[in-house]
Amino acid sequence: MGISVKNISKSYDKVMALKDISFEVKPGELFGLIGPDGAGKTTLFRILTTLLIADKGEATVAGYNVIKEYKSIRNHVGYMPGRFSLYQDLTVEENLNFFATIFGTTIQENYDLIKEIYVQIEPFKDRRAGKLSGGMKQKLALSCALIHKPKVLFLDEPTTGVDPVSRKEFWEMLKRLQKKGITILVSTPYMDEAALCDRIALIQNGNILEIDTPEVIKNSFPKTLFKVKAAETFKLIQDLGSYELTHSAYPFGEYIHFTSNNVDFNAKDLVQYLESNGHTDIEVNETAPTIEDTFMELSK
Amino acid sequence: MKRFIGFIQKEFYHILRDRRSLFILFGMPIAQVLLFGFAITNEINNVDIAILDHSKDATTKEIISKIAASKYFSIKQVIDNEAAIATAFKKGHIKAVLNFENDFSKKLISENKATIQILTDATDPNTANTISNYTASILKNYQEDLNKGATLSYQIVPKTRLAYNPELKSVFMFVPGVMTVILMLVSAMMTSISITREKELGTMEILLVSPLKPFQVIIGKVVPYILLAVINAIIIILLSLFVFKMPVQGSFFLLGAESILFIINALSLGILISTISTSQQTAMMISLMGLMLPVILLSGFIFPISSMPLPLQLLSHIIPAKWFIIIIKGIMLKGVGIEYLWKETLILIGMTLFFIALSIKKYKIRLE
Repeated sequence: MGISVKNISKSYDKVMALKDISFEVKPGELFGLIGPDGAGKTTLFRILTTLLIADKGEATVAGYNVIKEYKSIRNHVGYMPGRFSLYQDLTVEENLNFFATIFGTTIQENYDLIKEIYVQIEPFKDRRAGKLSGGMKQKLALSCALIHKPKVLFLDEPTTGVDPVSRKEFWEMLKRLQKKGITILVSTPYMDEAALCDRIALIQNGNILEIDTPEVIKNSFPKTLFKVKAAETFKLIQDLGSYELTHSAYPFGEYIHFTSNNVDFNAKDLVQYLESNGHTDIEVNETAPTIEDTFMELSK
Repeated sequence: MKRFIGFIQKEFYHILRDRRSLFILFGMPIAQVLLFGFAITNEINNVDIAILDHSKDATTKEIISKIAASKYFSIKQVIDNEAAIATAFKKGHIKAVLNFENDFSKKLISENKATIQILTDATDPNTANTISNYTASILKNYQEDLNKGATLSYQIVPKTRLAYNPELKSVFMFVPGVMTVILMLVSAMMTSISITREKELGTMEILLVSPLKPFQVIIGKVVPYILLAVINAIIIILLSLFVFKMPVQGSFFLLGAESILFIINALSLGILISTISTSQQTAMMISLMGLMLPVILLSGFIFPISSMPLPLQLLSHIIPAKWFIIIIKGIMLKGVGIEYLWKETLILIGMTLFFIALSIKKYKIRLE
């Protein structure tokens, strides 16, 4: 009754957007698609919301086939596209009313479902949607996608372009919706949001790299990870790149995340190497891997 | 049904909140009718002319005063030699010169014949033609007055009557044309833009992933514009009735019904355009180039179809506006009923059904 994707492939002209993708989302699960722009997330969403037809493979949403039973799916899913897609010249309330009406329901009928989200934008209900801030637009869009009490909710990059506070609130709302039994498929390019999902699929260039819980994916990181810091960050990246024991070195916030290709690697050797290259204020410490580290490792 | 009404309500919000478009929508028909009615006209009034009178006798004076008395001409200049004619024309405002020969009265009596040369500035051929016709008819009247009493044998007197528009008012010709253009523009362009706007803003994506059926979306888009176009048609007819005193000879009911038929025809074209264009810009360009130009040039609105080359005449048959102009000219000017217009009406109905069928077939239930 959740989502089932079997061997889905889709290409645009000569570009393969999705390459033989399969995964299952259990009913009531909060499932994350994590990957950079152009990974194929939106294409997958459009196939599942019956907007596109896959070249190969089969998919069902809430038990309905995405091609044969597309009409039933359109009655039972909520979809929030990546781009803000509400009527900018209609007010907050008019937008919500419109979507309630075309789904054959009313705001009152499902008010309890959207209440927690809607109360935050209700003070602005007479404002045109185009004049709302980014965070409020997302809340309105989510309210509109939820107004007909969908069984499955599709959220395509709902937090892109939203401030950190609103992002945090948004994810708290998703958790609450999940408790009400709604299956949620959400995509995001932000790795830190991945940890908030029940399970995630790491996706890149139309391939799924890994599917598991965020915890397992983090722990599957195969090497010892070090965070490295020095006074001159740019020179540090260059020098790490030319170091013979380097397996990977990525900037990560103010640090460089570093792994070695040598199993018996000793951090002291690295400090020595950097000192001999004229670096000062050198810090090399072991650190716990994050999902982003796993993603970078897998996509190598 | 509730869904459908909700959709139409939303469309009205869009239309009413877009003040600029709304202003164009209702300002345009008024401006166009007034422009075509007052400014762009084939009639001549108070044309500046000059007189070169070599005889200056009783007859020429009488003729000149007759010409001066008509509202068509005003004598701006009296010149006394041939050389001054060219200078008068070159200054620009003199459109014609009447040149009376020497001893005009004498020749008229002794030889039964005298000559007036009518020189016109043919840089504008239509006006030149009209001026010479008007002058000739004033002279002819005068001649008839002269011959009164005298019996002439074997005389052919052509009596022309200008049926349906005895005063040759050009507004009679423009009102049906302007109405056609406006209805086409409002209906086809506005709907195609309003549908493509949903595609462009991404709201189409959400509408598709909703239980709304394609025909509900299409009809919902169309209904508000039918209403707007009908209001426009009423404004145009009222203007022509009260500002230009152009009578509607036939039945108002038939005029209304035919107008609605043409509006639906134009709307279905608009939907068709929206199915093949992905942006508002493209929709607007296709509407303007693909619909407006043929409507203005090939429908018989300005240029008579019968004097076009054959390929263009054939092309004009597939332009709905051509048939609509025939219909409304018939109703408004000739006062004919459906018994004379059923053929044109059927053609319009056929075209409409064809466009609707095509656009439903072309309407995509998915994104590609």
